[in-house]
Amino acid sequence: MSSIRMTLAGVSSIAGVKSNDTLSSWFKRTARALGLPLLGLLVFLMIWQAGAKQIHTSLGEFPGPSQVYQQTLSLIADHAAERNREAEFYERQETRNAERIAKDPSYEAKIREYTGKPTFFDQIGTSLVTVLAGFVIAGLIAIPLGICIGLNGALYSALNPVIQLFKPVSPLAWLPLVTMVVSAVYVTPDPMFAKSFLTSLFTVSLCCLWPTLINTAVGVSAVSPDLQNVSKVLRLSWGTHVVKIVLPSSVPMIFTGLRLSLGIAWMVLIAAEMLAQNPGLGKFVWDEFQNGSSDSLGRIMVAVLVIGLIGFLLDRVMLLLQRAFSWDKNAITR
Amino acid sequence: MSKHLELTGVSIEFPTPKGPFKALDNVNLKIEKGEFVSLIGHSGCGKSTVLNIVAGLHKATTGGVVLEGKEVDEPGPERAVVFQNHSLLPWLSAYENVELAVKQVFKGQKSRAEMKSWIEHNLELVHMTHAMHKRPDEISGGMKQRVGIARALAMEPKVLLMDEPFGALDALTRAHLQDSLMDIQKDLNNTVIMITHDVDEAVLLSDRIVMMTNGPAATVGEILKVELPRPRDRIALADDPQYNHYRHEVLSFLYEKQRKVEDIGQHRNVKKVQAAGNESPKKRAHG
Repeated sequence: MSSIRMTLAGVSSIAGVKSNDTLSSWFKRTARALGLPLLGLLVFLMIWQAGAKQIHTSLGEFPGPSQVYQQTLSLIADHAAERNREAEFYERQETRNAERIAKDPSYEAKIREYTGKPTFFDQIGTSLVTVLAGFVIAGLIAIPLGICIGLNGALYSALNPVIQLFKPVSPLAWLPLVTMVVSAVYVTPDPMFAKSFLTSLFTVSLCCLWPTLINTAVGVSAVSPDLQNVSKVLRLSWGTHVVKIVLPSSVPMIFTGLRLSLGIAWMVLIAAEMLAQNPGLGKFVWDEFQNGSSDSLGRIMVAVLVIGLIGFLLDRVMLLLQRAFSWDKNAITR
Repeated sequence: MSKHLELTGVSIEFPTPKGPFKALDNVNLKIEKGEFVSLIGHSGCGKSTVLNIVAGLHKATTGGVVLEGKEVDEPGPERAVVFQNHSLLPWLSAYENVELAVKQVFKGQKSRAEMKSWIEHNLELVHMTHAMHKRPDEISGGMKQRVGIARALAMEPKVLLMDEPFGALDALTRAHLQDSLMDIQKDLNNTVIMITHDVDEAVLLSDRIVMMTNGPAATVGEILKVELPRPRDRIALADDPQYNHYRHEVLSFLYEKQRKVEDIGQHRNVKKVQAAGNESPKKRAHG
């Protein structure tokens, strides 16, 4: 034991740790920060593996961690194969075009778009773009509107019933309406965006703007009376008051709202894609469900985990932004 | 000849669900230029209300405040306030907090460079030069209060209003800041109204101590002139019979003549009435 301690002490002195005391506290901290979460994950994996074996469906056993691992590899392989096919497709076109131009210099080369099936990773990309676009639109509406509502009590009273009415509406209820409106209104011969993208986008925006709107309004209206007194004593003009006092003091609340909104946006998007058959992870899940092969459940499980992981990462990114831009470092805990 | 600052027949009533509550009744006070006046009294006697009326944050129901021959009807930087809980903007550094005030007050009067040196000068007065680019959450309570004082001084106020400026600080920090304040006062000779509930602080710092009766309908009870020579030294004074006589006067006013007989429940009622704005505090707590 003592020899281990000595070696460790030797290592730690290289790493710049000064004494055994700090070393043991470093171990404790590492164990807490890394060991406990790992232990939790391990227990979860064991229960999952054991539980999955007990569930038999018409598509075979419920996927355990090992099936999920296999399906992840196979999805990666699918993706690589699809990219290969795409590359080959374009290569064939180019050689053919080159040949035709060699024969007939006046020939204008045409490149046809590759129309293969989107892979799992393509769907992830689609979903991410959609959720971020929807979230940005929601933020662009919710923050200015929230500031107006927060500053003006009368406006707040007038809009509050509408907000309270629409806030709890499920995305699935909006979806048919949004779909119909988008197909009716967005009619152009050369569409810049796919209709399915717009439908998902607006559904996401409609559902996720409420937390930002409400938190912004509350943050703006709840400026501490002490700071308002400071503003009065300084005789700040209304504009300066808003810019120098109200907005900065509501930044932490706005960020809280944005984080909630992004979480909701991600959940809503998956549901909307599933129901509307719009490209994205939701469609992937639904397609696999309809596909009904022995691999399907495993693949769906991969999607479930990826959805969770992306949701987690999105939240972390918001947290990092909040850390960078919000003055209130205490408000950020978990 | 009229005085620098005059409160004449100031009364204030707050609307409550049970009808109007009279917090102050007929407060009369004349303050000379450069005078340091303390308001002392039990909690809830309306000391802060007096200060807020002078600051213009509250409007007197009857009577009024006249500063240099002009009636006070709204808040303004010529009556700068040092708030009890510092009230610094938490997202700005000490320097930027003072800057906000200086930019507002001296817009068009001082050049950019003049403003900078004026801000630095005021932070230097309160010994905050070393930490002037730190934000409030990075400095101690005493330092925050120093910045609050620097911000108020930087407005070059005609009257400096201090609402229990050292109330939230520990005894050692408080003593230190009191000494700093006396130093600053010696140089600048501001007119100051300070609220305190600390008898030693009142005697040490003031030229006059205004003792307020208990509310409701509180008013000026007695005024004690403190004729101790300046500069005052707290250690020497601790043994000084004159100083102790003044202390005794204030203590006997507070604990014999204006003894608080009410219980805690009643105390709360007074607070509640003071807090009452549009809705009752009870409602607010549940909503």
